[in-house]
Amino acid sequence: MSDYKEPVVDLALAREHGLTDAEYECIVEILGRTPSFPELGIFSVMWSEHCSYKSSKKYLKTLPTQGACVLHGPGENAGVVDIGDGLAAVFKIESHNHPSFIAPKQGAATGVGGILRDVFTMGARPVANLDSLRLGPLDQPLHQYLLAGVVEGIGSYGNAVGVATVGGETQFHACYTGNILVNAFNLGIIETHKIFLARASGVGNPVMYVGSKTGRDGIHGASLLASAEFDAESEAKLPTVQVGDPFTEKCLIEACLELMATDAVVGIQDMGAAGLTCSSFEMASLSGTGIALDLDAVPQRETGMIPYELLLSESQERMLLVAQAGREEEVAEIFRRWDLDVAVVGRVTDDGRMRIQWKGETVVDIPVDPVAKSSPELDRPVARPANLGERQKLDLASVAPEEDFEAALCELLDSPNLGSKEWIYRQYDQLVQGDTVIRPGGDAALIRVRRPGGEPTAKGLAMSVDCNPRWCWLDPRVGAMAAVAEAARNVACTGARPLALTNCLNFGNPERPEIMWEFAEATRGISAAALALETPVVSGNVSFYNETSGRAIYPTPTIAVVGLLENWERHAVSHFPRPGLAIVLLGENREELGGSEWLALRRGLEAGLPPIVDLEHEKRLHGLLAAAVARDLIHSAHDVSDGGLAVAFAECAFGGPRLVGATVRLSVGIRPDALLFGESTGRVIVAASDAKALIELAQQSGVPAECIGETGGDRLTVGPIEGEPWLDLEVAPLRERWRDAIPRRLGGLGES
Amino acid sequence: MRFAFDSVLKASARLVWHKEPELPPETRAVVLPGGFSYGDYLRCGAMAQYSPVMAAVRRFADAGGPVLGVCNGFQVLCETGLLPGALLRNQNLHFGCEFVNLRVERANPPFASRAVAGQVLRIPIKNGEGAYFAAPPELARLEANGQIALRYCDENGVVGEASNPNGSVANIAGITNERGNVFGLMPHPEHAVEAAIGGTDGLFLLGSLADAVRRADSPR
Repeated sequence: MSDYKEPVVDLALAREHGLTDAEYECIVEILGRTPSFPELGIFSVMWSEHCSYKSSKKYLKTLPTQGACVLHGPGENAGVVDIGDGLAAVFKIESHNHPSFIAPKQGAATGVGGILRDVFTMGARPVANLDSLRLGPLDQPLHQYLLAGVVEGIGSYGNAVGVATVGGETQFHACYTGNILVNAFNLGIIETHKIFLARASGVGNPVMYVGSKTGRDGIHGASLLASAEFDAESEAKLPTVQVGDPFTEKCLIEACLELMATDAVVGIQDMGAAGLTCSSFEMASLSGTGIALDLDAVPQRETGMIPYELLLSESQERMLLVAQAGREEEVAEIFRRWDLDVAVVGRVTDDGRMRIQWKGETVVDIPVDPVAKSSPELDRPVARPANLGERQKLDLASVAPEEDFEAALCELLDSPNLGSKEWIYRQYDQLVQGDTVIRPGGDAALIRVRRPGGEPTAKGLAMSVDCNPRWCWLDPRVGAMAAVAEAARNVACTGARPLALTNCLNFGNPERPEIMWEFAEATRGISAAALALETPVVSGNVSFYNETSGRAIYPTPTIAVVGLLENWERHAVSHFPRPGLAIVLLGENREELGGSEWLALRRGLEAGLPPIVDLEHEKRLHGLLAAAVARDLIHSAHDVSDGGLAVAFAECAFGGPRLVGATVRLSVGIRPDALLFGESTGRVIVAASDAKALIELAQQSGVPAECIGETGGDRLTVGPIEGEPWLDLEVAPLRERWRDAIPRRLGGLGES
Repeated sequence: MRFAFDSVLKASARLVWHKEPELPPETRAVVLPGGFSYGDYLRCGAMAQYSPVMAAVRRFADAGGPVLGVCNGFQVLCETGLLPGALLRNQNLHFGCEFVNLRVERANPPFASRAVAGQVLRIPIKNGEGAYFAAPPELARLEANGQIALRYCDENGVVGEASNPNGSVANIAGITNERGNVFGLMPHPEHAVEAAIGGTDGLFLLGSLADAVRRADSPR
């Protein structure tokens, strides 16, 4: 018996752990006694919002998760989607918001590390990262520092583990001033017969611990940091942030994939949020077994750690696996070769209980299922925000028309939200593994699919991550729908067929009815779009409590869509590839300025209804783009989004390796500023060598299409069919402004 | 890197574990690829110079065998002393991944026989510590001995401050040892070996080494 004294467990201590009175009563009832200190710790993390999804479960259950291509949906470490020929794509997006605000470099780095583990835990080789970042205004020194730190963190981890960061998005808005968002996505490739799941089956099989040693870092990261809002004391929470070690992760990836090529492993699980506790409970619960653990066998980095700490540590780069009995040494040998710690820490049992020993004493003895499965499911009150009507009110007639179209375009391109993100993605290795076909800067990233450990295939995977939070704030249902539609449209612009999506639902405090209403509405929007576009939700993550001192972020349901190209060599880029091509507009221009960048930047207004989303049209557009790319009818395709047509034309002109100007004539039926800067959805600018054939194909597909100009020259000229152009600008200086939008705001940090 | 040699150049490359004390007896050339050896938490390449296999690499180089180091491999070669100079933190203090133009200064075998002097190659760099440095006397020796193999330049081959991506002294992107059998460069030629992914300019370098290996193997 050691001389360490545990605190007395009572209701007050339970409250300190973030448990409600009702939850504490429930725990006492399950156990038939007062929990021990480590048991209280276990319940508090397993039932935390972060681990249990107690506020969101009710709504997540309604998301469409089925589809012909879905091999594994939500509930596993990551979603698995069949891409044919015995191969599958494994992907997920996850938040690391709170840690990144407290310690930007480490927080973002460990976010990348965590999502990588979710993917290779399933046996997949991670091949591509995307990142979705949202920060406060870039004129604030704090957010310059946060941006620099987050980008360095993502780069330091992704670059070192040898996984390319191929795309992402970055936005700046005052609503993120007190809560930045760092959402990391990873995609891996796997052979469908080699998928591993988090299972602890086979009574008597050894439970093995591999990877880094356990330290005191990150204790209660999930329960206290991720499941509560920020306040003045948050900066004192630094010890709850973990520290990442990408080299160990790299060794862990290689060792795990080597191990999985044998048949010595039964199940494997990443020790992520709530560490050893969460991983062991999940594995036992999914298999209907129990586990007996011996904490003295856990490799430890620090001395004097107590059970509570060992069980709740969120030290990074650790995995728990169940091996075939008798093959312990074979498993251990692989990890030793990679200089990683490995230890048998327990056995699978048949009694459905988690029994944990420490220094010869039982410190935890609780039934598995009530902890893992019977976590509370809440039906929190919802209420439409009282000021929603106010937000949505916009009388366009009273909005002064744009008086200087050229100045407006320049201001938009020079804004951090629409300006080039090259300063960011330049710091990421976009090429490692040698399969990046479309690098960051386009609509979607495109990678060539390589058989794990083998030769490249003809297949390509396109991926894009998107959300327009302003639209979600104005109408969360339509905004969420638009996020799915935009991510899918971006993927379709390469010629790929959108397959499935993963989502990261970032919201404020769910205890507030209007936040819960936003969440409910957003999930309805995602459901509608995912059903209509046949892109089921295969994985995801919820991040609540993104608010500081009562001020919540705009609802930000970040959506990443993955699509398949059967022949990656035949794809479309987003920039005009050369002069002399016809420019065709697919989709319709509507008089929609509500929630637009133009309205925010030039009129200082965030109001109105977001543009309508026509899901049937989007679906037809996907089909058209895939067919047109397959038939080589189009050379480039660029989605029209933030900043409208004018910004999209400029991006087409200067987005490629060389500048290609354009002359465009538009038919006017709506106010010219809405035509140039309105953000109607469902539109794509296409460059084609045979416009007639493309327009015919579009007509057959039921997609409005119109030839509006041609590429060439070194100017961007856009005007009405009759009369003086609205825009007539040299492309090169436009590009300079666009490129400098972020660096020039970063001062010394921005040098490149 | 292995894909470039194995699949593109059909040069039958194989991986050698860093803890091996010896190279395989049939070794004709050694390539130290890029990456983050030991995480590069200390100076890049500072730990890897003590990997057991490095003693064998040194013996191989001393015997005149061709040794190529790319990015981290270049850093390791400098740390081991097989190449002079050092790689410092990039001038802007950031990791940088981008395609750059390189002027071929010496088109000699075994590393650049497929190129011609003055040719401009488009190949990506991706590193945080890529600023080549050599003290003035060392630099003068490199120039005099013709050890400077590649310099950062613009698309027309003009070498200048504007085309220097990281603050390398004299725009140096790659150097050889005096004997010419050890070559280190920061750019990644293995990312430019296929027309549709990154272009094929990297083959001017990697292909030269593959040619040299084949020549060494072919009966005289």
